[in-house]
Amino acid sequence: MPEHIVIRLNGKQVTVPEGTSVAVSLLSAGEACRTSVMGEARGPLCGMGICFECRVTIDGKRHIRGCQVQCEAGMDISSDE
Amino acid sequence: MSRTPDVLVVGAGIVGAACAYELAKEKIKVAVVEATGVGTGATAAGMGHIVAMDNSEAQFALTRYSQRLWQELQMQCPATMEYEETGTIWVAADEAELAEVQRKHEYYGARGVATDMLDAQALREAEPNLNKSLVGGLRVPSDAVLYPPCAATFLIQEAVERGAQVYTGHAVTSIGKGRALLTDGTRFSAKVIVNATGQYATRLTPGIQMKPRKGHLVITERYVGEIRHQLVELGYLKSAHSTRSDSVAFNVQPRKTGQLLIGSSRQFESNDGKVNAGIAGRMLRRAFQYIPDLAALSAIRVWTGFRAATPDNLPLIGPWNADPTTFLATGHEGLGITTSLATGRLIADRFLGRASEIPSEPYLPSRQQEATSHA
Amino acid sequence: MSEAIQERYDVVVVGGGPAGIAAATVAARNGASVALLDDNPGLGGQIWRGESRTSTSAIVARWFEEFERSKVKWIHPAQVFHVENGRLMAESPEATHEIFFDKLILATGARERFLPFPGWTLPNVLGAGGLQALIKSGLAVAGKRIVIAGTGPLLLAVAACVQEHGGEIIGIAEQTTQTRFAKFGMSMLFAPGKFRETVKLGWKLKGIAHWRNCWPVAALGNERLEAVRLSHGGKIKELACDYLACGFHLIPNTELAEYLGCKIQDGFVVVDDELQTSVHGVYAAGEPTGIGGLELALIEGQIAGQAATGKTVENKKLFEARAASRVAVRVMKQAFALRSELLTLADADTLVCRCEDVSFARLREHKSWREAKLQTRCGMGPCQGKVCGPATEFLFGWKTDSLRPPLFPVRCASLAAISAITDSRELNGGTQ
Repeated sequence: MPEHIVIRLNGKQVTVPEGTSVAVSLLSAGEACRTSVMGEARGPLCGMGICFECRVTIDGKRHIRGCQVQCEAGMDISSDE
Repeated sequence: MSRTPDVLVVGAGIVGAACAYELAKEKIKVAVVEATGVGTGATAAGMGHIVAMDNSEAQFALTRYSQRLWQELQMQCPATMEYEETGTIWVAADEAELAEVQRKHEYYGARGVATDMLDAQALREAEPNLNKSLVGGLRVPSDAVLYPPCAATFLIQEAVERGAQVYTGHAVTSIGKGRALLTDGTRFSAKVIVNATGQYATRLTPGIQMKPRKGHLVITERYVGEIRHQLVELGYLKSAHSTRSDSVAFNVQPRKTGQLLIGSSRQFESNDGKVNAGIAGRMLRRAFQYIPDLAALSAIRVWTGFRAATPDNLPLIGPWNADPTTFLATGHEGLGITTSLATGRLIADRFLGRASEIPSEPYLPSRQQEATSHA
Repeated sequence: MSEAIQERYDVVVVGGGPAGIAAATVAARNGASVALLDDNPGLGGQIWRGESRTSTSAIVARWFEEFERSKVKWIHPAQVFHVENGRLMAESPEATHEIFFDKLILATGARERFLPFPGWTLPNVLGAGGLQALIKSGLAVAGKRIVIAGTGPLLLAVAACVQEHGGEIIGIAEQTTQTRFAKFGMSMLFAPGKFRETVKLGWKLKGIAHWRNCWPVAALGNERLEAVRLSHGGKIKELACDYLACGFHLIPNTELAEYLGCKIQDGFVVVDDELQTSVHGVYAAGEPTGIGGLELALIEGQIAGQAATGKTVENKKLFEARAASRVAVRVMKQAFALRSELLTLADADTLVCRCEDVSFARLREHKSWREAKLQTRCGMGPCQGKVCGPATEFLFGWKTDSLRPPLFPVRCASLAAISAITDSRELNGGTQ
């Protein structure tokens, strides 16, 4: 049984299994990763770091591809504007 | 397509496009020939900064006049051109540069350009992300930025709507005495041929004293609000006019997208368009000194472009002494976007034989003396 | 601003999928100092994402175990953004690496081809491989209704993965024709050593609807995907679903090779029998030389690992295996060729460039990639044309620009670190 960890997702406390990527944590929570140039909500597409649709702000650092990063306890994740 | 326009413009970069537009506006029959695409050369590589430059009276007159023409025109321009009056801040790093701020403030003020002197505190308020050790700056609110490729296509479209004809995908191999020959064998015959081919101008008009000057730019991801004005170091002109082979100077622009355009570099000896990691690195490291946060921002692309540089840093606008049917509209170095509209106006004035709104003598090609005899 | 971490290895392998793991392990076995760079948090690339030495597959377990026991330095996550002969630059979250090497093995794998259709930008529309990658990164699909669409054997692998994790597959929409698909099935059944595997997969997926001549014409929903509209043999059907996993086969990641000056033909890196590219000392293995799947990747990884360490005699058996396996490349290319109906899926407003939100109608006005890029900003976003490039190549026949650094978006400081030449003029009293 995987361990569960607590992260902050767009201001809310969320629990995810260890080994979950940041992109998956957003997708599972039904939250968009970013807003496109014309205002569309976007989520992950390629899952492998190529498309950049899943970029989010992690612990204050902007434009990080969520699919390339695993959630860690206490991580603060927010969707890019 | 008419092969006998009144004026044939060779080159549809921003300068050629502006010439076509101004000529067509005067109901002159214009044809434009462009080897690749509208605005795909140096126009596409440049920063799109519209700036009143004070390094000489002639430069100031041309840039200020052209800037005012942009201010009038911008209301008709499409959103894709992204015109924005961000203003410029010339940034001072020490007391010597602060003295320069004072001088510039007086210079501009005497010529009708309103500017604000900023002390260290005011500079920090205007641009919180600048290095806190900077001592002040000069804000020029009337300077602007735009996206050059769409500016060039806009000007060409406006010219076409007024009857200009545009022929792309074919290069001109030779011009002279009002005749032009293209790579596909087509011949044009015109009263005047305008050489607006930028860094390639010496190919069509050998004898011009002009050299290509390579530059680099880096563009970042979107960081809205990171900086608000075009920021330039006061040492910029030292770089622009230096005779040393390579130089870099801090020059960063915020795009409407929130992306930052980072420049600038100048090299004479490099002939190919490949990114030169050495000078690009120097350019970036200089920029980090002014905007420390920049080092951690994400860079998406780097590219190069070639400015057309003349020995006296002024463009060549007007008839070429050896062949008065050829008008030059080239040699704009880093001010092509700014001075394109004025260049077009001066070319149209010259063709129509009417007086220009600013003295045109300083830009006449005749000032360049031919050292050798003609071919 | 931190300095780049400098390291030197005999052999550097870029890419931690099967080909890279095999290449690095073999090279290390031969006594070379080896580094393997990969941009993922875990080893395995795409097809072996989430795998380890405890895998239920004997082959996977063996390779992971041998890799772990070897002296290969696994540098990860590290994104290579510049390379020249003998030196590369890679970026990690906390550092920039400058790595010197004698031999370079490019095992950079492949990515999915995405084609635009109305609604494809809705959240919960994923790539086919994309869904698989996300499942392996923790996406729970138990009880979720999923439509898999596009083309290629990847769709079947994804279906098996979804099934294993309890997802409800409504159907698999394969754009190729019935005849082509049947031919592909036959050739897999009778390919050397593939019989059991093919039968196993077929058995796993029995009972799942598999439609040929079928492709998505629209993804529907307001804030996220709610249903998919498919064209199947001329008829339209609409299926409510939670996820659409859609991808149109694979594009090799040849950017590093191209950037280095390696000869590229028909989109693939040209290599000799020992997998050396046209640039001396640079090798390519796996998908970049031809989309041929796992087995070929493992064989080529071994050949490259041997060749890069000067051991060519051992390769004879591998050469034969490679020749046999390369049949798969041709077979897949023919079986999953894109049909012309896919050219008309996008309508005027359908976005083609997702980074810059550029529509099909705007792109259609232009004559070349460069012109379109400059006028619309298509390809100027962070994906650097990796998504919209293959789409516009299919839709308009455009070829993308030549490559410049950085090969991936990286921190400005990393970009500056490519060259350490300093400027003598320092800012008075400046920081750093």
